[in-house]
Amino acid sequence: MKINSPLEAYKYLPGTNCAICGEQTCMAFASHLIDRSKKLSECTPMLEDKFRKKLDQLQGLLAPEIRQVEIGVGEKIVKIGGDDVLYRHKLTFFNQTALAYDVWDTMDEKNLVERVNKIQDFKKFYVGNFLTVDMVAVRSTSNDPKKFASAVKKVVETTDMPLVLCSFNPDVLKAGLEVAKDRNPLLYAANKDNWQQVAALALEYDVPVTLFAPNDLDLLKSLAKTFAEMGTEKLVLDPGTFPSGKQLKETFSNFIKVRRAGIDGDREIAYPLMAVPLTAWMVHDDPVSASYWETVIASVFTIKYGDIMILHSIEPYAMLPELHIRDTIYTDPRKPVTVDPGMYKIGSPTKDSPVFVTTNFALTYYTVESDISSNKIDCFLWAIDTDGIGVEAAVAGGQLTAAKIKKGIEDSGFNMKDDTSHNTIILPGLSARLQGDVEDETGSRVLIGPADSGRIPGWLEKNWPPKK
Amino acid sequence: MTQKMKLTQLTEMLQELNIESLEGVTIEGDIELNITGGGGLNPALAYALGSEISQISLHMANIGRMLGFPAEQLFASAFGMSGVPETQAPSLGTTPRMQELLASKFEVARMSNWNNPIQEVTLGATSADGGSRKNTVTIGGENALPYYFDASMPHRNYVTMDVFDMPIGMAKAVKSNYDDVINDPAEWAKKVVRDFNADMVTIHLISTDPLIKDTSARDAAKVVEDVLQAVDVPIVIGGSGNPEKDPEVLEKAAEVAAGERVLLASASLNLDYERIARAAVEHGHVVLSWTQLEINAQKELNRKLMKQCKVPRDSIVMDPTTAALGYGLDYAYTNMERIRLAGLMGDDELTFPMSSGTTNAWGARESWMVASPLKQDSDWGPREYRGPIWEIVTGLALSLAGNDMFMMMHPTSVQVLKEITQTLYGSIEAEELDISNWIGAEV
Repeated sequence: MKINSPLEAYKYLPGTNCAICGEQTCMAFASHLIDRSKKLSECTPMLEDKFRKKLDQLQGLLAPEIRQVEIGVGEKIVKIGGDDVLYRHKLTFFNQTALAYDVWDTMDEKNLVERVNKIQDFKKFYVGNFLTVDMVAVRSTSNDPKKFASAVKKVVETTDMPLVLCSFNPDVLKAGLEVAKDRNPLLYAANKDNWQQVAALALEYDVPVTLFAPNDLDLLKSLAKTFAEMGTEKLVLDPGTFPSGKQLKETFSNFIKVRRAGIDGDREIAYPLMAVPLTAWMVHDDPVSASYWETVIASVFTIKYGDIMILHSIEPYAMLPELHIRDTIYTDPRKPVTVDPGMYKIGSPTKDSPVFVTTNFALTYYTVESDISSNKIDCFLWAIDTDGIGVEAAVAGGQLTAAKIKKGIEDSGFNMKDDTSHNTIILPGLSARLQGDVEDETGSRVLIGPADSGRIPGWLEKNWPPKK
Repeated sequence: MTQKMKLTQLTEMLQELNIESLEGVTIEGDIELNITGGGGLNPALAYALGSEISQISLHMANIGRMLGFPAEQLFASAFGMSGVPETQAPSLGTTPRMQELLASKFEVARMSNWNNPIQEVTLGATSADGGSRKNTVTIGGENALPYYFDASMPHRNYVTMDVFDMPIGMAKAVKSNYDDVINDPAEWAKKVVRDFNADMVTIHLISTDPLIKDTSARDAAKVVEDVLQAVDVPIVIGGSGNPEKDPEVLEKAAEVAAGERVLLASASLNLDYERIARAAVEHGHVVLSWTQLEINAQKELNRKLMKQCKVPRDSIVMDPTTAALGYGLDYAYTNMERIRLAGLMGDDELTFPMSSGTTNAWGARESWMVASPLKQDSDWGPREYRGPIWEIVTGLALSLAGNDMFMMMHPTSVQVLKEITQTLYGSIEAEELDISNWIGAEV
């Protein structure tokens, strides 16, 4: 955005402190506009006619440096781009990298449907939510408009995920568009040879379009400028993803150059970027090596500015790290690292329920919490104040000690003797070395739980209730 | 008053009016559009002119609208459109055609505020420098973020593989590589160098922990000597992590390794770092300055090592802590990236090369569990493929944040991490590939 202080945004607001937006003052609202935690549309008085000009001006000033592009419709709509910074700690990255997995039009129908279902059904529980993938990319390997149309039709019938329609042949793309035009698919791609026809399709069907200029940033910028001039800024840029050697190093440079130029204010190239890690399959024959290398390239361009990518491997050992590295990079760094220290009830614990100790590092806490609650175990869970450091590191660094655990218990107002029937504390397996000290400090019996909270259910079967 | 002006000037003027304020502004006189070029307008120019004129008409219409005239209705009826949404600028409705691409040159600036190079640190010493290593390893020296085009990276990334002085619990996928050497640290060290292409070896003296075996510092030092005998690459010596015992163990180890320029792991704020620093200085070693995901603590410890303990700048490497993918890698990544950027921009307390305990990735359940403990999850697939990629992605992310050296465990992880970091560094050649028609590739 073009401004960076709340004061600059405040000038355009009504200044009435009406609090309709939920903030007490216009200045407070202005600071949320600057850190992008609130939207200008939440200030409804600005919609009045007399503010129209200021609204337009402020909207222009607040617009992100990199344009945001929407693909798909309805609940599963995917937004990409919209970034304002080169480093996540400077604010946060917005609109996580959209992951599209491919199908192709020479697949037989049964395999195609099965593959689409695998893609849309894949999920992994993680701190309170499921991580899932976003899109299906339909590749025309036949170069036959009819075949492509029928593959796209099958995909549309099977999933409401957004689509990427992939062909360099405008007739093929048109056939796909005819079937999927109500889904706002992303076209892939316009290049130096077909750009006029693909531009005509993008404008006629009013859909976003990818511009492909492998390792040629001048051409990429020319295409972007030309398409904007023709009337669409719903553009995605693909500078080419070369999978190996010096060409891959060049690809890395291209992504950094394009994004830096965009953030620095070159509007002509400030669009979301596409990476195609699938090209790893063009240089590796063995599927495990290809999946590994594809995951490696996907990780590089998740971290360095890829906003959408097309992938091939749907093996869990590829998809799991891809989902997690994306979450790593797009997690808002302003979110708290810790949960409040104290005693938490999971389910409906009674005096006979076990008492587990963990740290107040948010990731540790939520991992343990979800392992316990998803297995419907009633218990007490103690988050000890370790300055937000996980168990193993906190034991090594002295943030998790017997004295800290004793203090945690006392501060929470929980009394082991009165509030439990067993006076037993279960320590994390990774803090086993604290067992003796904790027994001495607290006077309670101490058991050592499993090193990974995923094993708590099995551990409890063997060890709970404790033997007298 | 008649005034001739170029179309672009007019557009600029009107844009200015539109952005600033029209209140109290009056437009006087005629505006004459003087289009030159005769009959032979080329299509691109014609298109550009058409676009400019349309833009002007839009600005004019906006002015009309501000004055209370429903200009949008005029546009709608003129171009046969109906129900143009009020918030949208009227569009011309037909698809413009262009015959040629608009020329454009891509330009981007190099970073202007990366002026402070990262310190170079050399590990290991050859006979010329009083050691017995066959080669040395130099890390650091960067003038930009890793692999960036702003400045070439002077040294590649290096991998040091873990060796333990006693059998320890390991993920099955890791352990199967070391079953034959698990009771012999010297053989273990040989194996990682000979078979797994390790650049360096880390000997972890974990049996010295009073709660494990309480091996004496003297006995532990013998293991260090064995490893130095067994391999001729530079080595890292790690303690058990027990803050009471480590200073003594590392002191003794530093003594027997005198002249070899090992990396002593590690000095931290919660133990007697001064003893470790002194041992390093006295015997010509390098200190690993370890803090826990806290940039200010890292500054404080580095400052103490330099000012209070007189450790030379070329003898400090930082370990700002590695958290595994899915278990805090976001903090570890950003912490390292901030440290490296601060160093490049001039913070001399942070201009040291960095090391990552990438092996920590094996603590993530995704890397070693047979299956997800949660029933709702999709199938996690075979763990023997999940583990190595977890270690690779953890290390790779940190390499992009500026990490120089990786402490790792699985041979496949080491191989792939070296392949990608050296590709980005620019030393891997591969046959050129034409991707211009990748869509049709048979994969």
